[in-house]
Amino acid sequence: MTVTEDYIDASGGDWDEVVEKAQGSSAERLVVNMGPQHPSTHGVLRLILTLDGETCTEARVGIGYLHTGIEKNMEYRTWTQGTTFVTRMDYLTPLFNETAYCLAVEKLLDITDRVPERANVIRVMLMELNRMASHFVAMATFGMELGATTVMTNGFREREMILDIFELVTGLRMNHAYIRPGGVAQDLPPGTVGKVRELLKEMPERIQIMRKLLDENPLYLARTKDVAYLNLPGCMALGVTGPLVRASGLAWDLRKAKPYCGYENYEFDVPVSDGGDVYARYRVRIAEMEESLKIIEQCLDKLEPGPVMIEDAKIGWPAKLALGPDGLGNSPDHIAHIMSGSMEALIHHFKLVTEGFRVPAGQAYAAVESAKGELGCYAVSDGGTRPHRVHFRDPSFTHLQAVAAMCEGGTVADVIAAVASIDPVMGGVDR
Amino acid sequence: MSNEYERDRDEAAENLPDQRGRERLAAPIKRTGMFGTSTSGDTSGFGGLQVRGSAPAHSRRPFTDPDDPRTADFDRVADDLEAALTALDRVDLVERVEVAHGEITFHVRREGLVELARVLRDDPALRYELCTGVAGVHYPQEVGRELHAVYHFRSITHNSEIRVETTCPDADPHVPSIVAVYPTNDWHEREAWDFFGIVFDGHPGLTRIQMPDDWHGHPQRKDYPLGGIPVEYRGATIPPPDERRDYK
Repeated sequence: MTVTEDYIDASGGDWDEVVEKAQGSSAERLVVNMGPQHPSTHGVLRLILTLDGETCTEARVGIGYLHTGIEKNMEYRTWTQGTTFVTRMDYLTPLFNETAYCLAVEKLLDITDRVPERANVIRVMLMELNRMASHFVAMATFGMELGATTVMTNGFREREMILDIFELVTGLRMNHAYIRPGGVAQDLPPGTVGKVRELLKEMPERIQIMRKLLDENPLYLARTKDVAYLNLPGCMALGVTGPLVRASGLAWDLRKAKPYCGYENYEFDVPVSDGGDVYARYRVRIAEMEESLKIIEQCLDKLEPGPVMIEDAKIGWPAKLALGPDGLGNSPDHIAHIMSGSMEALIHHFKLVTEGFRVPAGQAYAAVESAKGELGCYAVSDGGTRPHRVHFRDPSFTHLQAVAAMCEGGTVADVIAAVASIDPVMGGVDR
Repeated sequence: MSNEYERDRDEAAENLPDQRGRERLAAPIKRTGMFGTSTSGDTSGFGGLQVRGSAPAHSRRPFTDPDDPRTADFDRVADDLEAALTALDRVDLVERVEVAHGEITFHVRREGLVELARVLRDDPALRYELCTGVAGVHYPQEVGRELHAVYHFRSITHNSEIRVETTCPDADPHVPSIVAVYPTNDWHEREAWDFFGIVFDGHPGLTRIQMPDDWHGHPQRKDYPLGGIPVEYRGATIPPPDERRDYK
């Protein structure tokens, strides 16, 4: 801890000493480290705040505490294995990560139009479920950070319904690696449609409960109205997209503007608010969840039987899986074929799985409207079986740059609200 | 994009075998020798063989393919950009244009990047309001242009998307910063510096963003190993992954 003429550095050490020094000196500015382990910083986000009394005069963000080198690692694994990495980036939107990545790979392979219809419907359905799950966590953690634990328990309870569906479909609650280049890993297991219908029946009421709890709650309004304001020019300059830009009055949604996975065939609205504050972001998110329900319902109507993986033996892994006696998904027909039918098929399968398929040299950028904003995947191939480079434009990464614009001049308490309204997930920020 | 002179040349000489041969010879050497061996004596007699990469891809007008709706506005964008740059007398900024996978890439000289960004953002016919950041890419085999900085721009007004790519050599890894035009690129440029060592001249505070401040090297370059770095944690040193057990 150091005391200089005009500020006190409180970036570590004993808090009592800091307070004592602060009282003993004429300095009025206090530099406080919030994080990287503060519970309300959404993981390992570090905020460096300069405080003048209760007012935050400068807010700086330090990131990198969760950097895991996902982009570098992917260069050493096949294109198919890449999904296993990307799903772990923003761990609250795994299916968006996978879809963005697979869309980029499919673009490079020029097979975008050959991805089966059923696979696209499944992708859309899972992405919309994922959007709801992510928004529930956004609201839940936000409530918790403001001290409203009911919002937290409710939010996580509703999310659990969605995670149950994910577990049924992909086998895992998160880190699915379910969406693969060319389609999805396997078809929906029996009972999925029923479970989704159950959710569609139950969820509107649950959202209504959330709305009743928050929409006009005076305490909630006091903490969120006119807090962390960011207008549209600010959003554009800072590259802010997703619910944040829609809460600043621009109906910009990649699902409408640049449809992918067949989004042009679905009827839904893009919720907009022009508040530009934390409350507007909440309203946009909760309205988006209602729109997601609409899309999921249409997905169920569009689910026609058919293949879920591209019919191209050079790219697609066997996707007609059945539960084996050991509890693992296998494709008995395929195994019979390669083990006792055709030697060439065995060699081919071995090459496809161990070596992977080749992707023609080139570069492609694919973007999806993730729950948090524009999630872009820029993939470069040198013609080999592994990526030459994969880069992700994670929305949380970009949005955290707006912290200074949102927080400076406000109070410390509003910093919490501002960061929570951005809904950053450090796994995605740091990758 | 090309000026009048180049366009004439495109139509006549460009397609002659002689021209294509010269382009190919100008491409950097990919490898030498027959089998790429370096440890044993090459007895094949092909030791002096030089294998070159393909010449950089170069698309010709029209950029719009009537069969591909994704390319619908490429000719318009190229025309508008050419007009805007002509007005500034900087048509030479764009070296070549590449259309592939329904995407258009403008390969530009690094010197005029800021001007180009300003044109892209402010010209009413272009209006690329949103920059989705910059990605570094390292191509060690492209001698003299090893490091690439790749930008994606998105126009909300015209619902259009373009890519701008610029290069710099390893020996002089400098690219002008466009943070003054697109503030969102602040962190993206720091990331490209951190991972690739591209120095963005004019950036307000080009420091590492993901790696620790005292880290040596730029981890996503191709000459930087995966793992292989002993990590110190509270006094104990954890050996690099490839030394922990035998992966060979």
